Amino acid sequence: MRAILTKTLVSHARESDFVFLTGDLGFMVLEPLRDVAQERFINAGIAEQNMVSVAAGLAYAGWRPWVYSIAPFLYARAFEQIRNDVCLHDLPVFLVGNGGGYAYGVMGPTHHAIEDYGALLGLPNLTVYVPAFAADVAPAVARLMEAAMPAYLRLGRDETPRGFTLPPYAPWRQVLSGPGATVLLVGPLAGGILAAAQNLPEAQRPSLWVLCELPIAKTEIPAAFIADFQQSGHLIVVEEHVAQGSAGAALAHALLRAQVPPRRFTHRFARGYPTGYYGSQNYHRQESGLDPSSILRLLGNTP
Amino acid sequence: MQEILRKARLRLLKMHFESGVGHIGGNLSSLDMLLTLHHRVMDADDRFILSKGHAAGALYITLWSLGRLTEEQLLTFHKDHTKLGGHPVPHGIPDIPLAIGSLGHGLGLAAGLALGRKLRRQPGRVFCLMSDGEWNEGSNWESLTFIAHHHLREVVLLVDMNGLQGFGSTVEVANLGSLANKLKEFGFEVREVDGHDPAAIEQALSTPRQDRPMALLARTIKGHGVSFMENKMEWHYLPMTAEQYQMAVEEANRL
Repeated sequence: MRAILTKTLVSHARESDFVFLTGDLGFMVLEPLRDVAQERFINAGIAEQNMVSVAAGLAYAGWRPWVYSIAPFLYARAFEQIRNDVCLHDLPVFLVGNGGGYAYGVMGPTHHAIEDYGALLGLPNLTVYVPAFAADVAPAVARLMEAAMPAYLRLGRDETPRGFTLPPYAPWRQVLSGPGATVLLVGPLAGGILAAAQNLPEAQRPSLWVLCELPIAKTEIPAAFIADFQQSGHLIVVEEHVAQGSAGAALAHALLRAQVPPRRFTHRFARGYPTGYYGSQNYHRQESGLDPSSILRLLGNTP
Repeated sequence: MQEILRKARLRLLKMHFESGVGHIGGNLSSLDMLLTLHHRVMDADDRFILSKGHAAGALYITLWSLGRLTEEQLLTFHKDHTKLGGHPVPHGIPDIPLAIGSLGHGLGLAAGLALGRKLRRQPGRVFCLMSDGEWNEGSNWESLTFIAHHHLREVVLLVDMNGLQGFGSTVEVANLGSLANKLKEFGFEVREVDGHDPAAIEQALSTPRQDRPMALLARTIKGHGVSFMENKMEWHYLPMTAEQYQMAVEEANRL
């Protein structure tokens, strides 16, 4: 997804208010952007607190700055700068956190981002964008720039199934229909689950939905989604994020408030490091029951 | 200028007394610098960022002395339903666009503002007033590196060196050694001045500079002008009694 982001931003780089800051990351990825943006591509060094304050200052001066780093080095290290300097003033600062969820795998938990949007969504007027597929990056960027408000773009590794034709980007969209349970997916893990589910016999297929923007309250929950889980009787939310501050928790809250609770609700979320051992992104997904096989088992099918 | 300073000091004391709030010590140490900067140094292209947000009162009084805040607005200071909080609030008043309260944010904001103008080839300096205790915050050192590396010479940082911080003197709490030497090593032109001498402050900020960012270290007295407050840590926190306020007014009138 980083390469797609670079390509997308290259197409915006000549806009008069474009400026990009990186926390000394992006080697072998961001060079094309650096070449186009020139003096408006700034390596702010390994100093994220300052980088976010600088971005807020730039935004106040009329720019729409992008700020790039490995996810936790932004949302965790510079949280107060995001809170005070960016969000209190509704400034158009676009934070890009690379490595959403367990994407950095065996690089270890210091590099994981499993509480990122939960931490950020308590802040005023910040929108989180979680592209599920590489094709989502450009439209998400377009919406984020159009909104011109504080934003966090959570990137991961694309897992779009080969040959699958995705419906166009939307904050909520159905990507597979079926008579089984209603499954709401957040983030790139959608790709693997979609690949597994589409090969099921039609009568066993779940109805797969993808959510790409948070908070839940920002966009109206589609009536078709509500009708879907009311008919199937089982709503499952799958996300690479801890339960606290999660999309699943927010959705349950929203559905209860709207008096449309699902008959059965299952939440699959990041459980941290339950065994105390570390491994690839897929290893951690398996430990939390987020991998395609675990989801198929949950759906009553074996792979 | 002396008359502006005297009136402002009296109004600052009155405002803090009537609102029953503390932080008067660090407001009195910054006031002369804020007034001189705004009345005698800054022009229309310049911008100011208050990094030591607890000196908000002194900044409000400075804006009042310039006619940019009304008496009615000052009366709301620190009360319910106000735009004049104990620290500058977001979406507050046009002259203070950015909320500041937590230390170690202002310099990075000033750097961003200066960078944004530099990229557009716009003129104007960005002044940033910091406290000395604030240098405990690591983010400032990130910002210094950034400002020097990107050659943001339009940044002028002012440090209110009153020598006292939250729970002790700056030497007792986290002795910084020579801030002047550290700033020079980071690539700043450093000037030092008596922070209660308006002519000296004006001269230090108006004479030709080297081609590098500048820091003005102002030696100040916490609680300046009120003998029983001077250099006393408790005046970071305490509100004045009616009796103390009367004594303070008498002293401030004599200055």
